[in-house]
Amino acid sequence: MNKFAVFAPLALFLGLSMILFLGLDKDPSILPSALVDKEFPEFDLMALDDEHRQITREELLGDVTLVNVWASWCYACSVEHNMLNKLSDRGVKIVGLNYKDQVEDAMLWLENLGDPFVYSVSDIRGRLGLDLGVYGAPETFLVDAQGIIRYRRVGVIDERVWRNEFRDLYAELLVEAQ
Amino acid sequence: MHPLRRQRLQIVILIIFAGACASALIIYALGQNANFFYTPTQIEEGQAPKGTFIRAGGMVVEGSVKRDDISLAVEFSVTDGAAILRVRHIGILPDLFAEGEAAIAAGRIDDNNILQATEVLAKHDEKYTPPEVADSMNATYQSRQEAKAELK
Amino acid sequence: MSPELGHLAVIAALCLSFFQAVIPMVGSFVGHRSWMRLGHSLALGQFVFLGLAFVCLISVFIQDDFSVAYVANNSNTLLPLHYKVSAVWGAHEGSLLLWTLILAGWSGAIALFSGHMPQTFSARVLSILGFISLGFLLFLLFTSNPFERLLPVSPLEGRDLNPLLQDFGLIAHPPMLYMGYVGSSVPFAFAIAALIGGQFDSAWARWSRPWINTSWVFLTLGISLGSWWAYYELGWGGWWFWDPVENASFMPWLMSTALVHSVAATEKRGVFRSWTLLLAILSFSLSLLGAFLVRSGILTSVHSFANDPERGIFILWFLVIVVGASLLLFAIRSPQMANSTTHRGWSRETILLVNNVLLVTSTATIFIGTLYPLFSDVFQLGKISVGAPYFNFFFVPLMIILMLALGFAGFTRWGSTDVNLLLRRGLFPGLLSFFIALLVPALLTDSSSGSSYSFTAGITLFVSAWVLFMTIEDIYLKSRGSWINTKRFTGSYWGMVIAHIGLAACALGVGMSSSYDEQRDLRMMPGDAVKISDYEFRFGGVNRVDNANFVAFRGEVSVTDKTGMTINLFPEKRNYKAGGQVMTEAAIDASLARDLYVSLGEPLQGEAWAVRLQIKPLVRFIWLGSVLIGFGGLLAAFDKRYRRRKKVLDGQSNRGGLAFE
Repeated sequence: MNKFAVFAPLALFLGLSMILFLGLDKDPSILPSALVDKEFPEFDLMALDDEHRQITREELLGDVTLVNVWASWCYACSVEHNMLNKLSDRGVKIVGLNYKDQVEDAMLWLENLGDPFVYSVSDIRGRLGLDLGVYGAPETFLVDAQGIIRYRRVGVIDERVWRNEFRDLYAELLVEAQ
Repeated sequence: MHPLRRQRLQIVILIIFAGACASALIIYALGQNANFFYTPTQIEEGQAPKGTFIRAGGMVVEGSVKRDDISLAVEFSVTDGAAILRVRHIGILPDLFAEGEAAIAAGRIDDNNILQATEVLAKHDEKYTPPEVADSMNATYQSRQEAKAELK
Repeated sequence: MSPELGHLAVIAALCLSFFQAVIPMVGSFVGHRSWMRLGHSLALGQFVFLGLAFVCLISVFIQDDFSVAYVANNSNTLLPLHYKVSAVWGAHEGSLLLWTLILAGWSGAIALFSGHMPQTFSARVLSILGFISLGFLLFLLFTSNPFERLLPVSPLEGRDLNPLLQDFGLIAHPPMLYMGYVGSSVPFAFAIAALIGGQFDSAWARWSRPWINTSWVFLTLGISLGSWWAYYELGWGGWWFWDPVENASFMPWLMSTALVHSVAATEKRGVFRSWTLLLAILSFSLSLLGAFLVRSGILTSVHSFANDPERGIFILWFLVIVVGASLLLFAIRSPQMANSTTHRGWSRETILLVNNVLLVTSTATIFIGTLYPLFSDVFQLGKISVGAPYFNFFFVPLMIILMLALGFAGFTRWGSTDVNLLLRRGLFPGLLSFFIALLVPALLTDSSSGSSYSFTAGITLFVSAWVLFMTIEDIYLKSRGSWINTKRFTGSYWGMVIAHIGLAACALGVGMSSSYDEQRDLRMMPGDAVKISDYEFRFGGVNRVDNANFVAFRGEVSVTDKTGMTINLFPEKRNYKAGGQVMTEAAIDASLARDLYVSLGEPLQGEAWAVRLQIKPLVRFIWLGSVLIGFGGLLAAFDKRYRRRKKVLDGQSNRGGLAFE
């Protein structure tokens, strides 16, 4: 009896660690997003740099796009910005969603830190943000060529996050689009 | 049976008995005290049991927070981007609670699909900066820049 | 000092830890004395380098160098100097550096104070500590480097330290808690060294006992500081939430408490050997598991650090390797160690066994409750959380039984004790406690307000009084009623007595404050008054007060007691300028008998505010008791006999790794 009993702690521990490994894939802090695999919501907003240019959901179609929610008041966005610049240099199409911001502040920010966005839409009232269920900035949505949201990231994107969460899916979607 | 062996058998039976009792108690207590989490969409679809203590959460809808004039009663809505859930609560809201931020409410769903919350928790992501923060941060920048200008 | 210097120092410490893990261990097997000795200097060297890295990080914070990401995230030019220093361990990366520094500190202490142990043994202990340190330093460097720069774009201003952490409690709490957490790696290293050498006897227990006690004391004080901090800083009067992070520190504490008791039996009687080893391994495993739970973000909690699955993976692999290997080692080696003496019926061994069973059972229930949400998520049973009632359901009854058994602790003897003697000794204290338990709640019952006799209070009073009276009776009998005889008592004995009285005080605080706690959430206009039990609270309104790094809305509440004495309390709602966070700063009038606890909720219409008013009787006893428990542990750890044995053992040390038996 004793011979087997001494192995019990080890067996229990190994079982536990299996569950812990499985559990690491779950992130309890992120509320389940109802939007993944749904269509990107309709919107009709003006471009950040040109108030006469109206942008709608149609402009997202046809290409695989990253939609990045940012604002000049957002500290974490400045941390992330460098990464976005790099991604845009690598040819990733990034659309900015300037969230609850002042146009002048936002323009100044892009002048100082560089502009990785194909264009930014100006969501001063946070209307689109509400439709997207945005918690805050930064947040990033990966939208496929059909305008379907395929992935959502709450928080900063850095090299590691890109590699682990976006890169493969992005490549897949590119293939899919062609 | 050999006395030593009988003693061992007794111990084994005792351990098994105690283990069974403990497991039963734990299962019972967990069943009583584990609170499930539902999204507003799930509640709208009727997946959440009525009258059972649950937790629900989402972003607090802008402009939805209404305080009663004479008591501590408060009503607000949370959304997950797809559905909206009304929440009623009597008491003090947490410091981090604000419109446009994530919150979790714990309580029971009543017949009108309103969550009667006994507890409201505000969630706060480390990497999230609300606009008010930015305003005060900009003010800090400015005052620092002004102070520097004065020194020169 | 530059962040690069700190970074280099960490790398140097990493190299030293690698050598510390390998060289003394190899030396202990091939019998190479100088290799074994090398462990001591490597441990001290590692401490010096990590100390240097730590000083670097502090200086980077003081210089407001926001090009360092960690500083930019957790500091701000407006932050007062002492908080800039404590911000060093305010978040994940810096606190991990503190963790490794403390680990190196423990290894250094062993290197300095292990002269009385055989060299093979201390070499192995240091090697195991070196291995643990290696793991944590790799973790630090690869996933959480506090010296990482934000280049080329570095912010002008930092984000500020979370205002919850801008507080004295948070300056002292983490270092204290980490001393305890990390300290549990010392008994672990002792246990593993014993398993490797096959040498596990009373001498082993004697060497490790002071270390086990000391690390346990730090853990005790760390947890109680944390609870005290939560009480006054979170602003709502709670002092324990059964939050996953609290549980993560409480489980190793319960396990270490069991260990402290079981190792006593091992030292004195040579019993429970395998069990003691297992407890040492488990309390360290639970510390590691705690680190994993807190730092991987696998469970949500108010205290947890940022989510980062990659960090989680690293700690988890480390956990699997270290704990898996040690449990395997335990399974292979422990059956060789048979108990040398027997005990029967009622004896001190039995009482200690009861203690251990109860403590381990409560750990197990807490463990299941803490991890159940995770299991449920993994097996797709839904997202759930386990509430405080679950934990109380198990913990409270188990602790009541524990304290009933504890009363007999002093009277039992090793080997066997006459049950009739125990009953005779228990008769008078039992009756006295029973009367107190009957009388006091009855007197406190106020029939006019509809309150009835509180059974919680009755039971609390009974067990607390029982432990107190039994302990006093024991002192009285052992000293034969004369103070002069108490001078012969050992440090261990005084330690036990004080810690047990501390537990009684703590239980009294917990039970009384939860059964006679009065709490009202009210909407109050300036001039409004409300009477709660014997106190009248009058709300005087709220003023705006400007401060260096925050703007406060300061309320005034005057409290008048039965005798007409008036106290003014000033609870605040603070808006921190740099981070923008809002904080509730409660106003507390503290005394031994009760705390008056007033906090401001939110502004309502006009000049009305939501206000929470609380009266918490005897709540201070919780922390007073914990301090006594810690003090008792310290007395026991520094018992003279551990130093006296030194000479005797020096003669034996040249026998090396051979078992003494």
